[in-house]
Amino acid sequence: MNFDFSDDQKQLRDQARKFLAEKCPPKAVRVVLDGKEPYDRALWKGFAEMGFLGVAIPEEYGGAGAGHLELCVIAEEVGRALAPVPFSSTVYLAAEALMLAGSDAQKQAWLPKIASGEAIGTLALFEGTGNPSPKAIKLEATNGVLNGTKKPVADGAIADLIIVAARTASTGRDSDISLFLVDAKSGGVEAKALTNLDPTRGQAELTFANCKAEPLGAPGEGWSIITQVLDRAAVLTAFEQVGGSDRALEMGRDYALDRIAFGRPIGSFQAVKHMLADMYVSATLARSNAYYGAWALSTNAPELPEAAASARISATQAFQHCGKNNIQVHGGMGFTWEFDCHMYYRRANALALGLGSLSYWEDQLIDRMRKRNAA
Amino acid sequence: MNFDDTPQEAAFRAEARAWIAANAPKQYEDELRASSLGRTALKNANILEVAKAWQKKKADAGWACLHWPKEYGGRGASPIERVIWQQEEGPFGKLSAMFIIGHGMCGPTVMAYASEEHKRQYLPPLASGEKVWCQLFSEPAGGSDVAGLRTRAEKRGDAWVINGQKIWTSGAHYSDYGILLTRTDPTVPKHKGLTMFFLDMKSPGVEVRPIKQASGHSDFNEVYFTDVVIPDSQRLGAVNDGWNVALTTLMNERMSIGAGVATGFPELFDFCSNIMLDDRPAIEDRNVRSKLANWAVKASGLKYTSMRAISALSKGERPGPENSIGKLVAGSMVQDVASYALDLQGAAGVLSGPEAEFAGRFQAMLLRAPGTRVEGGTDEIMRNIIAERVLGLPGDIRVDKDLPFNQVPTKGRA
Repeated sequence: MNFDFSDDQKQLRDQARKFLAEKCPPKAVRVVLDGKEPYDRALWKGFAEMGFLGVAIPEEYGGAGAGHLELCVIAEEVGRALAPVPFSSTVYLAAEALMLAGSDAQKQAWLPKIASGEAIGTLALFEGTGNPSPKAIKLEATNGVLNGTKKPVADGAIADLIIVAARTASTGRDSDISLFLVDAKSGGVEAKALTNLDPTRGQAELTFANCKAEPLGAPGEGWSIITQVLDRAAVLTAFEQVGGSDRALEMGRDYALDRIAFGRPIGSFQAVKHMLADMYVSATLARSNAYYGAWALSTNAPELPEAAASARISATQAFQHCGKNNIQVHGGMGFTWEFDCHMYYRRANALALGLGSLSYWEDQLIDRMRKRNAA
Repeated sequence: MNFDDTPQEAAFRAEARAWIAANAPKQYEDELRASSLGRTALKNANILEVAKAWQKKKADAGWACLHWPKEYGGRGASPIERVIWQQEEGPFGKLSAMFIIGHGMCGPTVMAYASEEHKRQYLPPLASGEKVWCQLFSEPAGGSDVAGLRTRAEKRGDAWVINGQKIWTSGAHYSDYGILLTRTDPTVPKHKGLTMFFLDMKSPGVEVRPIKQASGHSDFNEVYFTDVVIPDSQRLGAVNDGWNVALTTLMNERMSIGAGVATGFPELFDFCSNIMLDDRPAIEDRNVRSKLANWAVKASGLKYTSMRAISALSKGERPGPENSIGKLVAGSMVQDVASYALDLQGAAGVLSGPEAEFAGRFQAMLLRAPGTRVEGGTDEIMRNIIAERVLGLPGDIRVDKDLPFNQVPTKGRA
């Protein structure tokens, strides 16, 4: 049994960590946090040069053709460094949707641009409050023309390629939904940046008015593709969350060792030690669940839907837990803008919602477990 | 990344599987499979006798204490082979419960500190289950603070005379031998005046009294020592070096991997799929699903954490510290799971006999669960261990560390 990453994959992780430590220190994250830039363009270019963007994209489409395990280790480092780039929307959502459902021409048109950093992509799914559901999709597609509004759309204001979930029928079935591909430069779509919990990753409202779009995948297959894309993104996002959890735990541990109160390092008090031990427990459970998700994703196993939901829930809980208790360990200083704790807290809570919230994934997990038990 | 055996592992697994299929006591398989925390018993047989017979059969065929050297009754197997055996043994592994302390803690301590002659004399019958061992460490005055123990050992000629009391001794009532930690010098700080022995539990002056637990069962005992004589040749390690010997024992306690800790989750999932709530299966209720999902990811997190440790063993590496979370997570989870299963039963949850829902399984689990959060290191001690050994946080301030033991205060409020 080798339920672990290979030496080459671990080396790639180390390489990514070193690269991000140099190019993406907290002060670089703060440039985007403070609203001076929508994302870190230089870092994005660096990601392309390092081959991070196309690591799971086949060579024939301009990628490195390595695989999803390699993408998982990079995602972990992206999460650890809070990289303020549109990595998840472009790589986990747009590229995965293209690889799953795109025609050869669509893959040729977009995947090389994603791998080279020329194109930012996203998935426009949500329409206001609520979790992923075919019923919630009102945006209409008629003869390849889109009308309606999507929000929130991750990195929607900077995206070149938008994959849109649209209603093509009204029978009350999943097959009412189809996917479309929109080139943001072709007109008919207007973007408005929205204020959000985590300014280091943008959110937008996109309004489509008689916007010409080309179908992605077969008509009526939209919801099935979205479900698969969300599962894949759930595993990859779990690695970002695992990376973020580990870093938040380290920050708390380091502060507990350095900060003296009542004549002792605060990390010598059991109340603080036990809080940190519990953070370690959450982070460890999340990592193990994420590894199982990675295995299922990389082998396209029938267990993927269940593994993805487990990874999603466990990693979301861990990052939220580590993010909030890191602030608690820091006390008042943790609640200042100057300390970096709140950046992890913000990212943890934003990532907890982006692919659908915990209650959605809890429901999914139980459905999928029941299906397996019945089989 | 894969879950596949190496060719050697696959060959070992096939051999183990074939032997188990041909030899295991199949007639008890269903009952053992269905048993959960607080309820391991057989309806029509004495589980101790069944367990001893199975252990002896394994030993005769070379499947007992796999990781021990052959000359001491083991198989000289690798750590990963031991894990594969446990996976294959499955529900029959529950029969090993009465040997866990002897095989997991007493045996390794004897192996590390006893004379060659004693090792050859005592270890093979321990491996084969013909002799059962217990561990006599905890005392009324020293639970988590084991080094605070007060049982005295005084040298008289070539022997030692023991007086004092032990508590929480699992299986003392059916044990043949025990390893015993005593105080030999009360005038030095507590860790420096301890000495380890092993003894025959039938020695004159040893009295075993079962403790009636909060669950109503009796798995543990008090053991009283009145002028018990132990020959000096049964000393394990140097005089006053017992703390280091005990650390060997306790380290082995935490090394067992892959045995799978009970979380209660499979039972709860099954229960929620079958019990009705508002005219539909409970598992279709929004709140039930949320609870189940949260426990599901804990159970799977533990499962894949142990897979990671097994992978390290398979590569010949030492497992990382992540394995230390198992008992901490499972202990409180099984308690919460049991409590929730009762909540779903409403007022009828109060009934606990065989006529209760699910044959009273969750009631038994609830009553046994507090013990799992205490035995083998309380939740609080486990958190200290993670904080200090994994995260590198400072140890607690120990006010009695440098004090001669006989000056350590023994009362709280006067």
